Amino acid sequence: MEEVKVYSRASSIPKNPYIGFCPGCMHSTTFKVIAEVLDELGIVDKTIECNGVGCSGLGLGYVYLDNVFCAHGRACAVATGIKRTNPDNIVFTYQGDGDGGSIGIAETIYAANRGENITMILINNGTYGMTGGQMAPTTLVGQKATTAPWGRNPEEHGYPVHIAELLDSLTAPAYIARVAMNSVQNVRKAKACIKKAFQYQMEGKGFSYVEVMSNCPTNWGMSPLETLEYMEEHTLKEFKLGEIRAK
Amino acid sequence: MERQFLKGCEAIAESAVRAGCRFYAGYPITPQNEIPEYFARRMPEVGGVYLQGESEVASVNMVYGAAGGGTRCMTSSASCGISLKAEGMSYMAMARVPAVVLNAQRGGPGVGDIRPAQQDYFQATKALGNGGFQYIVLAPSTIQEAADMTYEAFDLADKYRNPVMVLTDGFTAAMMEPVVLPEQKSEEELAAIKAAKKADWALKGKVEGQPLHKISFNAGSKPPQGKFMNTGEDRNKTDAAMYELWKEEEVRYEEYRLDNAEVVIAAYGVAARISATAINILRAEGYKVGMIRPIRVNPFPEKPYAALDPAKVKGILVVEHSIPSQMIYDVKLATGNTIQIDTCLRSCGEIISRDQIVEDVKKIFAK
Ligand SMILES: Cc1ncc(C[n+]2csc(CCOP(=O)(O)OP(=O)(O)O)c2C)c(N)n1
Ligand code: SF4
Repeated sequence: MEEVKVYSRASSIPKNPYIGFCPGCMHSTTFKVIAEVLDELGIVDKTIECNGVGCSGLGLGYVYLDNVFCAHGRACAVATGIKRTNPDNIVFTYQGDGDGGSIGIAETIYAANRGENITMILINNGTYGMTGGQMAPTTLVGQKATTAPWGRNPEEHGYPVHIAELLDSLTAPAYIARVAMNSVQNVRKAKACIKKAFQYQMEGKGFSYVEVMSNCPTNWGMSPLETLEYMEEHTLKEFKLGEIRAK
Repeated sequence: MERQFLKGCEAIAESAVRAGCRFYAGYPITPQNEIPEYFARRMPEVGGVYLQGESEVASVNMVYGAAGGGTRCMTSSASCGISLKAEGMSYMAMARVPAVVLNAQRGGPGVGDIRPAQQDYFQATKALGNGGFQYIVLAPSTIQEAADMTYEAFDLADKYRNPVMVLTDGFTAAMMEPVVLPEQKSEEELAAIKAAKKADWALKGKVEGQPLHKISFNAGSKPPQGKFMNTGEDRNKTDAAMYELWKEEEVRYEEYRLDNAEVVIAAYGVAARISATAINILRAEGYKVGMIRPIRVNPFPEKPYAALDPAKVKGILVVEHSIPSQMIYDVKLATGNTIQIDTCLRSCGEIISRDQIVEDVKKIFAK
């Protein structure tokens, strides 16, 4: 019988990455999907990754691409500088929700508003993973965090920030989608959206944004399987999935 | 070479363009708004990019990205704006990318005063941001020097693969005077400079069989064989060795009428310019007074100050638009407290007059 290869490791994910993620963390799923998309589009050798600070920054040692370690929240500004001076490269940012949605919200909004021809991938895991589970802009009402020990209280902390919808209030962005990594079906949809976001950039259409609903077993204090349930029952009810804009 | 009558900001921006600056990002702040305004008009003519960032923080990080991609680039601001750039400046020093940062100093602390001052000496020479890194800091005292030094800053940045600061002030930025601008670098030369960076360390996309281009912790020194990256301490040591090298090779200063001087003025930038006028008046009256002017405030010219003979020099007068004085500590370190040091200071937009300097020098002679 002839052997047919049906699956192989994406070219920019090495066998023994220098850095990894906690078991069951969807950061690694997301990176895998991005790396597959880059292979499928044939753009690996043109791509430059701008990493945020947080667990997203671990991508520096997980994905083998040319990359920049950006200061906390500044990845969209850094990507702007690269893309404007090297328009032939494909430039994307990979940021956490604290990174791109709190400390870097100005950089995010203004890169989107200028319609920078870059792709932004934002991981929405409802927490500050790297620093140990503090409250993030996306933490759900009632969801506990080390800095909201009784859960997020709207009167004190306000409500979760919907970054995709915030960007949707701007005229310039070309592509805005929210996807999730919690099921096979959702991972497939996520991959299609991430691919589309990069295609938008290749076609010079402008700012493309994909918000990836993710988990953090370590700081949610759950097993990876429990996080899948939690996402289905809670997070995905607050943050609706789908293509929000595709110009 | 054509002499032109230009405002400091315009001379600075045009010199940067001629040095090959093809990316500028900044945020409006007095007294240097004419720099971004000039770039906004000029960059499209040379195929460069001008961007008004949403803040100083964003602007400096845009420059970090452009520098990482191998383009000659620059940002500028004034005082409280430079404080916001500290984060990006620290990252650029970490990743060792070449860029030019200009500070047209105004009063401080905080929003201080929109009028000119020299109140960011510590910030420029000692604490540009977290982590104990350093930049070479050029300190022009005329518009001609501001033009020449801005131009030179781009070469120095590439030479050391490290950012460079031009520390000027609101006086020099806002004045007009005749200036001869440096030569425009040819497109071929600029393309070769960018290509050399791309071939070595700058971002371009990964090349099969070659190490990745990483703008992060690599800090100018390649990781040891088989290691993903070198340790933070390794990188600190590499940087420290470079700072030591600067002390040997990059010190620049001017000795002004120093022959048999009994009082020596220590001043940089615009304060040195006013001091030179005062020295001419005093010399005409027979006072033996001269000046050591740091042309670069980092690395500081320790040797000429250390060489002053306490048996012959009655005193040193630090003239500076800062209250309290900031440069005085470097002068003290260099002279080892062997010579009495006095100060002649104003701040927050108040200008030191030559008469004030003349009077203060005479006081030292009268002691
Ligand atoms: C200027 C600055 N402030 C704070 C920190 C500390 N810090 C590191 S990671 C992080 C949170 C990251 O959270 P998020 O962006 O949600 O990413 P995650 O780790 O959850 O993937 C913080 C606050 C920092 N490195 N720099
Ligand atoms: S701390 Fe959370 S977000 Fe970070 S790697 Fe672990 S599980 Fe993932």
